[in-house]
Amino acid sequence: MGTGTGIGRVRGYGSAKHGSLHWWHQRLTAAGNLILVLWFVVSIFRLPVLDYVTVTTWLSSPFVAVALVLLTISVFWHLRIGLQVFIEDYVHDDGLRVAALLALNFYAVGAAALAIFSILKIAFGGVQG
Amino acid sequence: MAEFSLPKNSKIRSGGKVHKAPSDATNVKTFKVYRYDPDSGENPRYDKFEIDLDNCGPMVLDALIKMKNEQDASLTFRRSCREGICGSCSMNMNGKNGLACTTAIEDCKGEVRITPLPHMDVIKDLVPDFTHFYAQYASIQPWLKTVTPAPSGKERLQSPEDRAKLDGLYECILCACCSTSCPSYWWNSDKFLGPAILLQAYRWLADSRDEFTGERLDELEDPFRLYRCHTIMNCSNVCPKGLSPARAIAEIKKMEVERQI
Repeated sequence: MGTGTGIGRVRGYGSAKHGSLHWWHQRLTAAGNLILVLWFVVSIFRLPVLDYVTVTTWLSSPFVAVALVLLTISVFWHLRIGLQVFIEDYVHDDGLRVAALLALNFYAVGAAALAIFSILKIAFGGVQG
Repeated sequence: MAEFSLPKNSKIRSGGKVHKAPSDATNVKTFKVYRYDPDSGENPRYDKFEIDLDNCGPMVLDALIKMKNEQDASLTFRRSCREGICGSCSMNMNGKNGLACTTAIEDCKGEVRITPLPHMDVIKDLVPDFTHFYAQYASIQPWLKTVTPAPSGKERLQSPEDRAKLDGLYECILCACCSTSCPSYWWNSDKFLGPAILLQAYRWLADSRDEFTGERLDELEDPFRLYRCHTIMNCSNVCPKGLSPARAIAEIKKMEVERQI
Protein backbone atom coordinates (compact mmCIF):
# COMPACT_ATOMS: atom_id res chain seq x y z
CA MET A 1 0.00 0.00 0.00
CA GLY A 2 1.35 3.41 -0.95
CA THR A 3 1.80 4.87 2.52
CA GLY A 4 4.72 7.02 1.43
CA THR A 5 2.62 9.72 -0.20
CA GLY A 6 -0.51 11.64 0.75
CA ILE A 7 -2.52 10.36 -2.18
CA GLY A 8 -1.22 6.81 -1.55
CA ARG A 9 -2.55 6.93 2.01
CA VAL A 10 -5.93 8.23 0.86
CA ARG A 11 -6.28 5.62 -1.90
CA GLY A 12 -5.24 2.93 0.61
CA TYR A 13 -6.80 -0.46 -0.10
CA GLY A 14 -9.29 1.19 -2.47
CA SER A 15 -13.04 1.30 -2.18
CA ALA A 16 -14.77 -1.62 -0.44
CA LYS A 17 -17.54 -1.21 -3.07
CA HIS A 18 -20.25 -1.92 -0.54
CA GLY A 19 -22.09 0.02 2.12
CA SER A 20 -25.14 1.24 0.23
CA LEU A 21 -27.24 -1.83 1.07
CA HIS A 22 -26.14 -1.58 4.69
CA TRP A 23 -27.39 2.03 4.66
CA TRP A 24 -30.60 1.04 2.84
CA HIS A 25 -31.33 -1.82 5.28
CA GLN A 26 -30.97 0.61 8.19
CA ARG A 27 -33.80 2.69 6.69
CA LEU A 28 -35.80 -0.40 5.79
CA THR A 29 -35.63 -1.87 9.28
CA ALA A 30 -36.30 1.54 10.81
CA ALA A 31 -39.56 1.70 8.86
CA GLY A 32 -40.31 -1.93 9.84
CA ASN A 33 -39.64 -1.14 13.51
CA LEU A 34 -41.93 1.88 13.40
CA ILE A 35 -44.89 -0.05 12.00
CA LEU A 36 -44.40 -3.23 14.06
CA VAL A 37 -43.68 -1.50 17.38
CA LEU A 38 -46.79 0.64 16.90
CA TRP A 39 -48.81 -2.51 16.20
CA PHE A 40 -47.27 -4.21 19.23
CA VAL A 41 -48.00 -1.36 21.66
CA VAL A 42 -51.56 -0.87 20.41
CA SER A 43 -52.26 -4.62 20.54
CA ILE A 44 -50.94 -4.99 24.08
CA PHE A 45 -53.12 -2.11 25.28
CA ARG A 46 -56.17 -3.62 23.56
CA LEU A 47 -55.90 -6.83 25.58
CA PRO A 48 -58.50 -6.84 28.36
CA VAL A 49 -56.06 -8.11 30.98
CA LEU A 50 -52.38 -8.99 30.88
CA ASP A 51 -52.48 -12.34 32.71
CA TYR A 52 -50.70 -15.47 31.46
CA VAL A 53 -53.67 -17.14 29.77
CA THR A 54 -54.78 -14.00 27.90
CA VAL A 55 -51.32 -13.24 26.59
CA THR A 56 -50.47 -16.80 25.57
CA THR A 57 -53.86 -17.19 23.87
CA TRP A 58 -53.24 -13.94 22.03
CA LEU A 59 -49.76 -15.15 21.06
CA SER A 60 -51.00 -18.46 19.69
CA SER A 61 -52.81 -16.69 16.86
CA PRO A 62 -50.76 -17.05 13.64
CA PHE A 63 -51.14 -13.35 12.76
CA VAL A 64 -49.83 -12.27 16.15
CA ALA A 65 -47.00 -14.82 16.27
CA VAL A 66 -45.80 -14.03 12.74
CA ALA A 67 -45.93 -10.27 13.40
CA LEU A 68 -43.95 -10.76 16.62
CA VAL A 69 -41.36 -12.88 14.79
CA LEU A 70 -41.06 -10.16 12.14
CA LEU A 71 -40.74 -7.52 14.87
CA THR A 72 -37.94 -9.54 16.49
CA ILE A 73 -36.09 -9.90 13.18
CA SER A 74 -36.48 -6.22 12.32
CA VAL A 75 -35.39 -4.99 15.75
CA PHE A 76 -32.34 -7.24 16.04
CA TRP A 77 -31.29 -6.65 12.44
CA HIS A 78 -31.55 -2.91 13.03
CA LEU A 79 -29.58 -3.25 16.26
CA ARG A 80 -26.88 -5.28 14.55
CA ILE A 81 -26.25 -2.89 11.66
CA GLY A 82 -26.68 0.21 13.82
CA LEU A 83 -24.22 -0.87 16.50
CA GLN A 84 -21.81 -1.99 13.79
CA VAL A 85 -21.67 1.63 12.60
CA PHE A 86 -21.09 2.77 16.18
CA ILE A 87 -18.21 0.31 16.63
CA GLU A 88 -16.64 1.31 13.30
CA ASP A 89 -16.87 4.97 14.32
CA TYR A 90 -15.19 4.73 17.67
CA VAL A 91 -13.20 1.50 18.05
CA HIS A 92 -9.99 2.07 16.09
CA ASP A 93 -7.87 -0.79 17.41
CA ASP A 94 -8.13 -3.60 14.81
CA GLY A 95 -8.20 -6.48 17.30
CA LEU A 96 -10.68 -4.79 19.59
CA ARG A 97 -12.92 -3.89 16.65
CA VAL A 98 -13.05 -7.46 15.35
CA ALA A 99 -13.78 -8.72 18.88
CA ALA A 100 -16.56 -6.15 19.33
CA LEU A 101 -18.09 -7.03 15.95
CA LEU A 102 -17.95 -10.74 16.82
CA ALA A 103 -19.64 -10.14 20.17
CA LEU A 104 -22.28 -7.97 18.53
CA ASN A 105 -23.10 -10.53 15.84
CA PHE A 106 -23.22 -13.43 18.30
CA TYR A 107 -25.47 -11.45 20.63
CA ALA A 108 -27.84 -10.24 17.90
CA VAL A 109 -28.22 -13.64 16.26
CA GLY A 110 -28.36 -15.53 19.56
CA ALA A 111 -30.85 -13.25 21.25
CA ALA A 112 -33.05 -13.08 18.16
CA ALA A 113 -33.01 -16.88 17.80
CA LEU A 114 -33.98 -17.29 21.46
CA ALA A 115 -36.82 -14.79 21.11
CA ILE A 116 -38.15 -16.35 17.92
CA PHE A 117 -37.97 -19.86 19.39
CA SER A 118 -39.90 -18.69 22.46
CA ILE A 119 -42.61 -17.09 20.35
CA LEU A 120 -42.96 -20.20 18.19
CA LYS A 121 -42.99 -22.47 21.24
CA ILE A 122 -46.02 -20.64 22.59
CA ALA A 123 -47.64 -20.39 19.15
CA PHE A 124 -47.23 -24.09 18.37
CA GLY A 125 -47.58 -25.38 21.90
CA GLY A 126 -51.02 -23.97 22.46
CA VAL A 127 -52.09 -22.65 25.80
CA GLN A 128 -51.05 -24.63 28.85
CA GLY A 129 -51.67 -24.04 32.49
CA MET B 1 -10.81 3.85 20.83
CA ALA B 2 -11.07 7.16 19.10
CA GLU B 3 -8.91 9.71 20.87
CA PHE B 4 -11.24 12.08 22.69
CA SER B 5 -8.72 14.01 24.79
CA LEU B 6 -5.86 16.15 23.53
CA PRO B 7 -2.46 14.49 23.22
CA LYS B 8 0.08 15.60 25.83
CA ASN B 9 1.92 18.05 23.60
CA SER B 10 -1.35 19.71 22.50
CA LYS B 11 -2.67 20.60 25.96
CA ILE B 12 -2.96 24.34 26.42
CA ARG B 13 -0.53 25.71 29.00
CA SER B 14 -1.06 28.85 31.02
CA GLY B 15 1.17 31.91 30.91
CA GLY B 16 0.23 33.46 27.58
CA LYS B 17 1.23 37.02 26.84
CA VAL B 18 -1.11 39.98 27.16
CA HIS B 19 -0.87 42.75 24.58
CA LYS B 20 -2.51 45.87 25.98
CA ALA B 21 -4.48 48.39 23.96
CA PRO B 22 -3.23 52.00 23.91
CA SER B 23 -4.17 53.73 27.17
CA ASP B 24 -6.39 56.30 25.42
CA ALA B 25 -8.49 53.61 23.68
CA THR B 26 -12.16 53.67 24.76
CA ASN B 27 -13.72 50.91 22.67
CA VAL B 28 -11.57 47.89 23.53
CA LYS B 29 -12.28 44.27 22.64
CA THR B 30 -10.14 41.37 23.82
CA PHE B 31 -9.12 38.54 21.52
CA LYS B 32 -7.77 35.31 22.96
CA VAL B 33 -5.63 33.76 20.24
CA TYR B 34 -4.20 30.24 20.11
CA ARG B 35 -0.43 30.31 19.79
CA TYR B 36 1.79 27.37 18.94
CA ASP B 37 5.37 27.50 17.82
CA PRO B 38 6.77 24.09 16.81
CA ASP B 39 10.36 25.37 17.09
CA SER B 40 10.01 26.31 20.76
CA GLY B 41 9.17 22.77 21.87
CA GLU B 42 6.58 24.25 24.23
CA ASN B 43 2.89 23.41 24.47
CA PRO B 44 0.37 25.79 22.89
CA ARG B 45 -0.91 28.79 24.84
CA TYR B 46 -3.47 31.57 24.53
CA ASP B 47 -2.23 35.13 24.06
CA LYS B 48 -4.56 38.03 24.76
CA PHE B 49 -4.70 40.96 22.36
CA GLU B 50 -6.62 44.08 23.31
CA ILE B 51 -7.82 45.85 20.18
CA ASP B 52 -9.11 49.41 19.91
CA LEU B 53 -12.18 48.84 17.75
CA ASP B 54 -12.41 52.57 16.89
CA ASN B 55 -9.14 52.13 15.09
CA CYS B 56 -9.76 48.77 13.41
CA GLY B 57 -11.69 47.36 10.43
CA PRO B 58 -14.99 45.57 11.06
CA MET B 59 -13.98 41.95 10.48
CA VAL B 60 -12.07 39.46 12.63
CA LEU B 61 -9.40 39.33 9.92
CA ASP B 62 -8.91 43.10 10.26
CA ALA B 63 -8.25 42.58 13.97
CA LEU B 64 -5.78 39.75 13.27
CA ILE B 65 -3.88 41.90 10.76
CA LYS B 66 -3.82 44.75 13.27
CA MET B 67 -2.41 42.40 15.93
CA LYS B 68 0.30 41.22 13.55
CA ASN B 69 1.16 44.74 12.37
CA GLU B 70 1.14 46.50 15.71
CA GLN B 71 1.41 44.03 18.58
CA ASP B 72 3.15 40.77 17.67
CA ALA B 73 4.69 40.26 14.22
CA SER B 74 5.21 36.54 14.92
CA LEU B 75 1.45 35.85 14.91
CA THR B 76 0.91 33.43 12.03
CA PHE B 77 -2.27 32.90 9.98
CA ARG B 78 -3.29 32.41 6.36
CA ARG B 79 -5.14 35.14 4.51
CA SER B 80 -5.36 36.39 0.99
CA CYS B 81 -8.46 37.83 -0.67
CA ARG B 82 -10.17 39.32 2.43
CA GLU B 83 -13.57 38.91 0.73
CA GLY B 84 -14.57 35.27 1.26
CA ILE B 85 -13.53 33.81 -2.07
CA CYS B 86 -10.10 32.28 -1.41
CA GLY B 87 -10.88 30.28 1.72
CA SER B 88 -7.48 30.91 3.28
CA CYS B 89 -8.51 32.46 6.59
CA SER B 90 -10.79 29.64 7.78
CA MET B 91 -10.49 29.25 11.54
CA ASN B 92 -12.56 28.73 14.67
CA MET B 93 -13.96 31.89 16.25
CA ASN B 94 -15.85 31.65 19.54
CA GLY B 95 -16.37 27.94 18.94
CA LYS B 96 -17.69 28.16 15.38
CA ASN B 97 -15.74 27.60 12.19
CA GLY B 98 -15.82 30.39 9.64
CA LEU B 99 -13.80 32.76 7.52
CA ALA B 100 -12.15 35.52 9.55
CA CYS B 101 -12.66 37.92 6.65
CA THR B 102 -16.44 37.51 6.51
CA THR B 103 -17.05 37.22 10.26
CA ALA B 104 -17.88 40.60 11.79
CA ILE B 105 -16.27 41.39 15.13
CA GLU B 106 -19.57 42.78 16.40
CA ASP B 107 -21.20 39.37 15.85
CA CYS B 108 -18.70 37.78 18.27
CA LYS B 109 -20.00 38.05 21.82
CA GLY B 110 -17.63 38.89 24.67
CA GLU B 111 -13.98 37.95 24.54
CA VAL B 112 -13.28 36.48 21.10
CA ARG B 113 -11.46 33.16 21.25
CA ILE B 114 -9.66 32.28 18.03
CA THR B 115 -8.25 28.81 17.45
CA PRO B 116 -7.17 26.85 14.36
CA LEU B 117 -9.69 24.59 12.61
CA PRO B 118 -10.53 21.76 15.04
CA HIS B 119 -8.85 18.37 14.95
CA MET B 120 -6.24 19.25 12.34
CA ASP B 121 -2.50 19.04 12.85
CA VAL B 122 -1.25 22.55 13.56
CA ILE B 123 1.78 23.84 11.69
CA LYS B 124 2.00 27.13 13.58
CA ASP B 125 -0.50 29.33 15.46
CA LEU B 126 -3.67 29.42 13.31
CA VAL B 127 -2.22 27.50 10.36
CA PRO B 128 -3.45 23.90 10.06
CA ASP B 129 -1.86 21.22 7.90
CA PHE B 130 -4.05 20.62 4.81
CA THR B 131 -1.83 17.96 3.20
CA HIS B 132 -4.26 15.10 3.84
CA PHE B 133 -7.31 17.21 3.00
CA TYR B 134 -5.85 18.13 -0.39
CA ALA B 135 -4.82 14.52 -1.05
CA GLN B 136 -8.42 13.49 -0.37
CA TYR B 137 -9.58 16.14 -2.83
CA ALA B 138 -7.18 14.83 -5.48
CA SER B 139 -8.42 11.29 -4.87
CA ILE B 140 -11.92 12.06 -6.18
CA GLN B 141 -10.43 13.27 -9.49
CA PRO B 142 -12.11 16.66 -9.52
CA TRP B 143 -12.13 17.24 -13.24
CA LEU B 144 -14.42 16.44 -16.16
CA LYS B 145 -13.99 12.82 -17.28
CA THR B 146 -15.54 11.55 -20.49
CA VAL B 147 -15.33 8.70 -22.98
CA THR B 148 -16.50 11.02 -25.76
CA PRO B 149 -13.57 12.88 -27.33
CA ALA B 150 -13.64 16.63 -26.88
CA PRO B 151 -15.50 18.38 -29.73
CA SER B 152 -12.95 20.06 -31.97
CA GLY B 153 -12.74 23.80 -31.75
CA LYS B 154 -15.60 24.33 -29.32
CA GLU B 155 -16.63 23.71 -25.75
CA ARG B 156 -18.81 20.88 -24.45
CA LEU B 157 -22.33 22.22 -24.36
CA GLN B 158 -24.67 22.14 -21.39
CA SER B 159 -28.26 23.39 -21.17
CA PRO B 160 -29.03 26.19 -18.71
CA GLU B 161 -31.15 23.69 -16.71
CA ASP B 162 -28.24 21.25 -16.41
CA ARG B 163 -25.90 24.08 -15.54
CA ALA B 164 -28.30 25.14 -12.78
CA LYS B 165 -27.80 21.72 -11.14
CA LEU B 166 -24.27 22.80 -10.27
CA ASP B 167 -25.47 25.84 -8.32
CA GLY B 168 -24.81 25.35 -4.62
CA LEU B 169 -21.89 23.08 -5.51
CA TYR B 170 -19.45 25.00 -7.70
CA GLU B 171 -19.22 27.84 -5.15
CA CYS B 172 -17.26 25.69 -2.68
CA ILE B 173 -13.89 27.31 -1.92
CA LEU B 174 -12.40 24.32 -0.06
CA CYS B 175 -11.84 26.27 3.14
CA ALA B 176 -12.48 23.06 5.17
CA CYS B 177 -14.79 24.78 7.68
CA CYS B 178 -17.34 21.99 7.11
CA SER B 179 -15.01 19.01 7.25
CA THR B 180 -13.29 20.18 10.41
CA SER B 181 -16.64 20.80 12.13
CA CYS B 182 -17.76 17.22 11.47
CA PRO B 183 -17.33 14.78 14.39
CA SER B 184 -17.20 11.86 11.97
CA TYR B 185 -14.29 13.57 10.23
CA TRP B 186 -12.61 14.18 13.59
CA TRP B 187 -12.68 10.47 14.49
CA ASN B 188 -12.14 8.92 11.07
CA SER B 189 -10.53 11.46 8.75
CA ASP B 190 -7.93 8.88 7.73
CA LYS B 191 -10.60 7.13 5.64
CA PHE B 192 -13.78 9.26 5.69
CA LEU B 193 -13.60 11.85 2.89
CA GLY B 194 -15.55 14.46 4.86
CA PRO B 195 -18.24 16.91 3.75
CA ALA B 196 -16.08 19.26 1.65
CA ILE B 197 -14.62 16.52 -0.50
CA LEU B 198 -17.96 14.70 -0.82
CA LEU B 199 -19.67 17.93 -1.92
CA GLN B 200 -16.95 18.28 -4.55
CA ALA B 201 -17.45 14.64 -5.55
CA TYR B 202 -21.17 15.30 -6.02
CA ARG B 203 -20.35 18.41 -8.09
CA TRP B 204 -18.92 16.00 -10.73
CA LEU B 205 -21.66 13.40 -10.27
CA ALA B 206 -24.23 16.14 -10.96
CA ASP B 207 -22.48 17.46 -14.06
CA SER B 208 -24.39 16.56 -17.25
CA ARG B 209 -21.12 16.57 -19.25
CA ASP B 210 -19.34 13.99 -17.06
CA GLU B 211 -19.51 10.37 -18.28
CA PHE B 212 -17.74 8.61 -15.39
CA THR B 213 -20.62 8.65 -12.92
CA GLY B 214 -20.55 4.86 -12.43
CA GLU B 215 -16.82 4.75 -11.75
CA ARG B 216 -17.12 7.73 -9.41
CA LEU B 217 -19.94 5.99 -7.48
CA ASP B 218 -17.83 2.80 -7.33
CA GLU B 219 -14.97 4.70 -5.76
CA LEU B 220 -17.24 6.37 -3.20
CA GLU B 221 -19.22 3.30 -2.18
CA ASP B 222 -17.33 2.41 0.93
CA PRO B 223 -18.35 2.12 4.59
CA PHE B 224 -15.71 4.70 5.50
CA ARG B 225 -15.22 7.00 2.51
CA LEU B 226 -18.92 7.90 2.25
CA TYR B 227 -20.98 6.19 4.93
CA ARG B 228 -19.25 7.67 7.98
CA CYS B 229 -21.62 10.59 7.34
CA HIS B 230 -24.39 10.28 9.93
CA THR B 231 -26.27 13.44 8.92
CA ILE B 232 -24.99 15.43 11.89
CA MET B 233 -25.41 18.60 9.74
CA ASN B 234 -22.60 20.66 11.33
CA CYS B 235 -21.24 21.03 7.80
CA SER B 236 -24.30 22.85 6.47
CA ASN B 237 -24.50 24.86 9.67
CA VAL B 238 -21.02 26.36 9.38
CA CYS B 239 -20.46 26.71 5.61
CA PRO B 240 -19.42 30.37 5.15
CA LYS B 241 -20.69 30.23 1.56
CA GLY B 242 -24.15 29.03 2.65
CA LEU B 243 -23.82 25.69 0.85
CA SER B 244 -25.17 22.37 2.08
CA PRO B 245 -22.63 19.55 1.97
CA ALA B 246 -25.15 17.42 3.92
CA ARG B 247 -27.62 17.66 1.02
CA ALA B 248 -24.90 16.78 -1.50
CA ILE B 249 -23.95 13.70 0.56
CA ALA B 250 -27.61 12.68 0.81
CA GLU B 251 -27.83 12.91 -3.00
CA ILE B 252 -24.77 10.66 -3.36
CA LYS B 253 -26.31 8.10 -0.98
CA LYS B 254 -29.51 8.21 -3.03
CA MET B 255 -27.58 7.61 -6.26
CA GLU B 256 -25.74 4.67 -4.68
CA VAL B 257 -29.05 3.03 -3.74
CA GLU B 258 -30.88 3.97 -6.94
CA ARG B 259 -28.50 1.95 -9.07
CA GLN B 260 -29.18 -1.16 -6.98
CA ILE B 261 -32.89 -1.23 -6.31
